[in-house]
Amino acid sequence: MTDKVTLTIDGQNVTVDKGMSILDAAKQIDVRIPTLCHHEDLCVAGNCRICVVEQKGKNTLTPSCATPAEPGMEIETSTPKVRKARKDIMALLVSEHNTQCTTCYRSTNCELQDLAAEYNIDNDIYISVVKPDLNIDKSSWSIEKDDSKCIRCQRCVRTCAELQHVNALAVTERGKDMRVSTFMHLPMNEIVCTNCGQCITHCPTGALTERRYYDKIWDAIDDPDKHVVINTAPSVRVALGEMLGYEVGTRVTGKMVTALKKMGFDSVLDTDFSADLTIIEEANELLVRLKKAFVTKEEVALPMITSCSPGWVKFIEHMYPEHLAHLSTCKSPQQMFGALTKTYYAEKKGIDPSKIVSVAGMPCAAKKYEANRPEMRDSGFMDVDAGLTTREIGHMIKQAGIDFLELEDSNFDSIMGESTGAGVIFGATGGVMEAALRTAYFVITGRPVPFNDLNITPVRGLEGIKEATIKFEDCLPEYSFLEGVEAKFGIAHGLINARQIMDQIVEGKSPFVFIEIMACPGGCIGGGGQPIPTNDEIRKKRIAAIYEEDMNKPIRMSHENPEIVAIYEDYLEKPLGEKSHHLLHTKYRKRKRY
Amino acid sequence: MTSHKLRKVDVIFSPYSVAPYKILKDTMQRDKNEVIQELIDSGLRGRGGAGFPTGLKWKFAAAEKSDIKYIICNADEGEPGTFKDRKLLVEVPRKVFSGMAICAWVTGSTKGYIYLRREYRYLIPKLKEELALYEKHAKEFDLDFSIEIFLGAGAYVCGEETALIESMEGKRGEPRNKPPYPIQDGFLGKPTIVNNVETFASSTMVFRYGAKEYIKLGTDDQHGSKLFSISGDSPKEGVYELELGMRLDEFAEEFGDGDTKAVQVGGVAGFCIPRKNFKDTIIGEGNTTGGSTMIFNSTRSMYNVLHNYLEFYAEESCGQCTPCRVGTQQLLKGIEAVKNGTKPPQYLDNLIKLSETMKLTSKCGLGQSVTNSFSSIVNNFREEILF
Ligand SMILES: Cc1cc2nc3c(=O)[nH]c(=O)nc-3n(C[C@H](O)[C@H](O)[C@H](O)COP(=O)(O)O)c2cc1C
Ligand code: SF4
Ligand code: SF4
Ligand code: SF4
Ligand code: SF4
Ligand code: FES
Repeated sequence: MTDKVTLTIDGQNVTVDKGMSILDAAKQIDVRIPTLCHHEDLCVAGNCRICVVEQKGKNTLTPSCATPAEPGMEIETSTPKVRKARKDIMALLVSEHNTQCTTCYRSTNCELQDLAAEYNIDNDIYISVVKPDLNIDKSSWSIEKDDSKCIRCQRCVRTCAELQHVNALAVTERGKDMRVSTFMHLPMNEIVCTNCGQCITHCPTGALTERRYYDKIWDAIDDPDKHVVINTAPSVRVALGEMLGYEVGTRVTGKMVTALKKMGFDSVLDTDFSADLTIIEEANELLVRLKKAFVTKEEVALPMITSCSPGWVKFIEHMYPEHLAHLSTCKSPQQMFGALTKTYYAEKKGIDPSKIVSVAGMPCAAKKYEANRPEMRDSGFMDVDAGLTTREIGHMIKQAGIDFLELEDSNFDSIMGESTGAGVIFGATGGVMEAALRTAYFVITGRPVPFNDLNITPVRGLEGIKEATIKFEDCLPEYSFLEGVEAKFGIAHGLINARQIMDQIVEGKSPFVFIEIMACPGGCIGGGGQPIPTNDEIRKKRIAAIYEEDMNKPIRMSHENPEIVAIYEDYLEKPLGEKSHHLLHTKYRKRKRY
Repeated sequence: MTSHKLRKVDVIFSPYSVAPYKILKDTMQRDKNEVIQELIDSGLRGRGGAGFPTGLKWKFAAAEKSDIKYIICNADEGEPGTFKDRKLLVEVPRKVFSGMAICAWVTGSTKGYIYLRREYRYLIPKLKEELALYEKHAKEFDLDFSIEIFLGAGAYVCGEETALIESMEGKRGEPRNKPPYPIQDGFLGKPTIVNNVETFASSTMVFRYGAKEYIKLGTDDQHGSKLFSISGDSPKEGVYELELGMRLDEFAEEFGDGDTKAVQVGGVAGFCIPRKNFKDTIIGEGNTTGGSTMIFNSTRSMYNVLHNYLEFYAEESCGQCTPCRVGTQQLLKGIEAVKNGTKPPQYLDNLIKLSETMKLTSKCGLGQSVTNSFSSIVNNFREEILF
């Protein structure tokens, strides 16, 4: 049993686990204390000081986020002293802040703005100390960094270090010049950054945002010559609602499709289709590798690791350049989709691919970078012209004046709009693994995977590293070499966990044959392009929505998707075939560690 | 409030009449609890600025259960105008090491560090020689405690004990949240005692003379002797060992140039006392005891003095916490604005309130103590700030 402590907060007794902060103790009795540098995902910083409270017997005020509850503590959260101090701190932050709410991307979704409004710094007395020489760094395809809006809470620094173990951002200088910068103050596109965007979703202000491309998309939509196709990822539909008046965890698939059609996209398609396709290609790739390892005894990189998270791909390129062979050669579903849009889709629809603008609606910041990788032009064009985040799509829907809550549902267009439950669960950590196993097990044994309702529960949940063991029995003759094999599968999300998995591989101690890695904590539902805030509570609700969507799908195994069956019959011929190889697979490059 | 006449003494700097390592050896023959009690009874307080009772610190550290404990001698001495710790390390290093070793013996520590101000790195060869001598004695006394030199990061704030520890751990020198205190969770997460150079040297002398004898120095409130780095408008700039508890008027008379307008007691983190209050001020009571004392004569502009302090703060703040990072800039810009007329004189009152907010909400002693010099200068020399 954990030790308990009892303290009083605003006159109320509250008993909490030893070690809990005063802030969290207050939450338990619904006493709200303002915070800025605090984030549930991150370690304590205690540097903004907005959360101060009065503690009996102490002359100074106590930062509630950074102070553990002690037995007998007497805390007051709203005394004149506290209110005055908080207002003063807000006034100081504002004096250092390049306040531009009317033009700021984070307006109405900004923690600084919210608190400034709450404390109403009406008698703004302080002199502006905004640094005139702070530039907006737009060098990266994914991340935009505006130091003049930074409140130096270091949430981004902690995110990049603690969740992602990339350490791309660091505090530099002291005193009045202290700020968040990069290695040697290089622009964002020249540093080791995975573009995961986690720093964005953990930033309380508009200092870190995604590079926005929606104006370009509006232009394309407005151009009668252009055929604009959008595909939306599974995680978008379970989070978009948060921006448009719905409770966290609401699925808004049908309304989202209707909205996108109303906005003028010529075709609204489903990334889940290419997720299903990824599964077919990837499962077959794995079987080929296993066959080489078991039967022909060829040198082959195992475990194989998924490659659908471009943040993860860039991470391994930088951090483990010697181990790229472990990556599946499959492109991410976004890029498969893009390549097929300008080939297969164009052909089937009889549209000149040069007139097609292919847009990806993604929960992700890294996919913006991925779309711009020089490798991603296998259709002869840029396979994906632009990646939009869930947030950008939310903004566009608002810009279009659409009353989202009142919309009817509609279905994705065809072709490439059909998907299975397996494609849907790509959005959650463990989902790719589950989808792959549903298909791989079937291919190997001819039977569905032996879990209740196909729900492979060991791979689900928010634990940083998960494993599942599956024993192959009564295999089909072609896969008899797997008979009786107990294979271990690993799942990691958040790059700090990816690092552990990779270190095992480097040491030759990995127990796995196949590993799913997602750059973002929680998988894509917690992606760097998702609505802000994101924390574990929110991740869980989005994940629950994803599995609900899966259960509601009539087809839940990728290989049964009729459009997938059709594309192999009509176009690709066979998994890992020549066309697949050309359009759906890619190569990786070694990058520098620094 | 008790005081006595200014008296120069020779305790800390006394040449080795009894060799410090003999004090170490003799002390190690005694009961540990008794030794700690002696230090508590001596009334010795930390000489690094915060003035925490040293005996209590050692007692708490001794009570911590841990496989390893660290002792750090804080020789960062980043305060402008101080050089007393350097003088100690040059002239009586054995008293410092002996103090550390006694501390190690009573608290059960095996590893010690001297966090040496970067500018003092030229002392290293000499210190290493002295450390070799220490190690020889430690071996002889069967004491498992080694001392290593760690070169500081070169920022004033790194003298703050938790920032110092962060910097020793290879991180940016930013103060930590307290609690936990270093005594519980310090260097590498282990119990860590941080004391100033002078504190260690003084503790050796407490054991040399015994608390009863030591306590004869000073007053009922402040015990023993202390080093003062005297700078500014003084014909006698330098480091002096003075008995604690003297009045400021005597101090100004002894060290001033006859035209003393104000004395900054306790360094930049301390208070600026105007002439009219000299008689009623006892150094170290109600003001801090940091090592540096600056004397200003009537030719000095107190606006310039304050401006210099604020520039120092705005640059030396680590910058992590809002009240200190932005507050120091506001105070600086604020007095400039009042001076040039872009803000009205009453704005000074806003600034004093701001400095009080900084005291209430800043994370470490740096931001918390800005109000001391700020308010005391603005309140006492308002006219000079304005015109
Ligand atoms: C900004 C700042 C700078 C400090 N610099 C020093 C220093 O240079 N030397 C020192 O001994 N203590 C310094 N201190 C005090 C230390 O935090 C700590 O209280 C002291 O080392 C404890 O030793 P003592 O109890 O022997 O004084 C500083 C404190 C602050 C807030
Ligand atoms: S970051 Fe927030 S407060 Fe600042 S301009 Fe943007 S919306 Fe306004
Ligand atoms: S995008 Fe990801 S890797 Fe890049 S700085 Fe942000 S958190 Fe770090
Ligand atoms: S960029 Fe954002 S998260 Fe990072 S320190 Fe600035 S305000 Fe905080
Ligand atoms: S008070 Fe100043 S020096 Fe101390 S932690 Fe805050 S910003 Fe850093
Ligand atoms: S939220 Fe507690 S100090 Fe920032």
